[in-house]
Amino acid sequence: MQHRATDARASWSQATARERLAGLLDPNSFTEFLDPTERVQSPHLHLFDLPSAFDDGVIVGRGKLDGKDVLVAAQEGQFMGGTFAEVSGAKLIGLVRAARDHRDLPQTVLLLMDSGGVRLQEANAGELAVAELMRAIAEARCAGVAVIALVGGKAGAFGGAGLTVATCSRIAISGHGRIGVSGPEVIETNKGVEEFDASNKALVWATDGGKTRRLLGGADAFAEDSMEGFRAAAKMLLTQVPAFDLKTMQAEHERLRERHRLFATCADAVSMWKTLGIKEPEAIRDMDTKSFAALANSIKGANHDAR
Amino acid sequence: MQSLRFRHTAQRRLSGTRGKAIIGVVASGDLEVLLERVLPDAACEVEISTPLLGYDETWKAVIAEFIARSSPGGLRISINDGGARPDTVFLRLLQGSALMETA
Repeated sequence: MQHRATDARASWSQATARERLAGLLDPNSFTEFLDPTERVQSPHLHLFDLPSAFDDGVIVGRGKLDGKDVLVAAQEGQFMGGTFAEVSGAKLIGLVRAARDHRDLPQTVLLLMDSGGVRLQEANAGELAVAELMRAIAEARCAGVAVIALVGGKAGAFGGAGLTVATCSRIAISGHGRIGVSGPEVIETNKGVEEFDASNKALVWATDGGKTRRLLGGADAFAEDSMEGFRAAAKMLLTQVPAFDLKTMQAEHERLRERHRLFATCADAVSMWKTLGIKEPEAIRDMDTKSFAALANSIKGANHDAR
Repeated sequence: MQSLRFRHTAQRRLSGTRGKAIIGVVASGDLEVLLERVLPDAACEVEISTPLLGYDETWKAVIAEFIARSSPGGLRISINDGGARPDTVFLRLLQGSALMETA
């Protein structure tokens, strides 16, 4: 279901999933699959006395980005923390498999990730969904489909969402975006506050946040936190999608080996930035989008032909 | 979970031709409102699914006020509530009917 056009300068992180789709895609180009009137909702949440959503928190469909046909999926981070569950997972998997199997469909998939991971009330179905989605992405990439992850929602991309992002062809992230497997609070709960203080926002963003992910090569573009910011980043990434072949795999292994060699002894993100040759690593946090993007583009390990 | 259903006769059919719209998100203190133009001209049905018990009279009053103010004839309105306050409910309903009036 089409939302009204969103102001190009509006914040991506503050927006709902439907507003992001309206701001990202060309005006009036979006067609939704399984729209809310079909009421494909979670069959489990009412058993826990929890409200459902008509789209189960994932919107899938097709549209145009700067005239180019694309398939899109957007997670609603505000609903149950933007979770992977039975229905929402099936919608994501179905979309990627459709791109894999039908050459007449758009061969580009944009994933607007905003999720803390698997929905605990549907944990088994959610875990399976993540595994099947990662497999579907790998198979789609083998078939020549470009899968681009856009990360800038409030829930970040943690747990299964973090794993899914790492499976994509290319990744765009904003300063508000975060990517990780175990989230800060999970680490603190399991390993203690000495290991990771989840209430220390500066530490959390320095570790999981968009700037460090971009500098270490974990994301390929740094987007401004706006509709036009992510639109520009997605358009740019579509021009540099790597082939999914042995050469790319070998380059990815080499990239990760080199990253481990460089950073294995670093205690925190700031010491990693120092290792990268950044003269004033403390200034990174307050750097504006433009200067930061330019800095990241000049760093060797942040730009690669792997993934 | 509680389900509530209200049937009203509005003063007139809601203007515009848009067939469906959705507004809001099922988040804490918010709700989603799905509007479908599927009923005869003056009829309006509102169906609510809410995890909070004991607010039937509040819902009834908010819906009645909305119907009187906006006259959403022809609409079936479905709500998934995340524990929204009455003013938020009223705002989303007005936003939804305004969306349905756009082309």
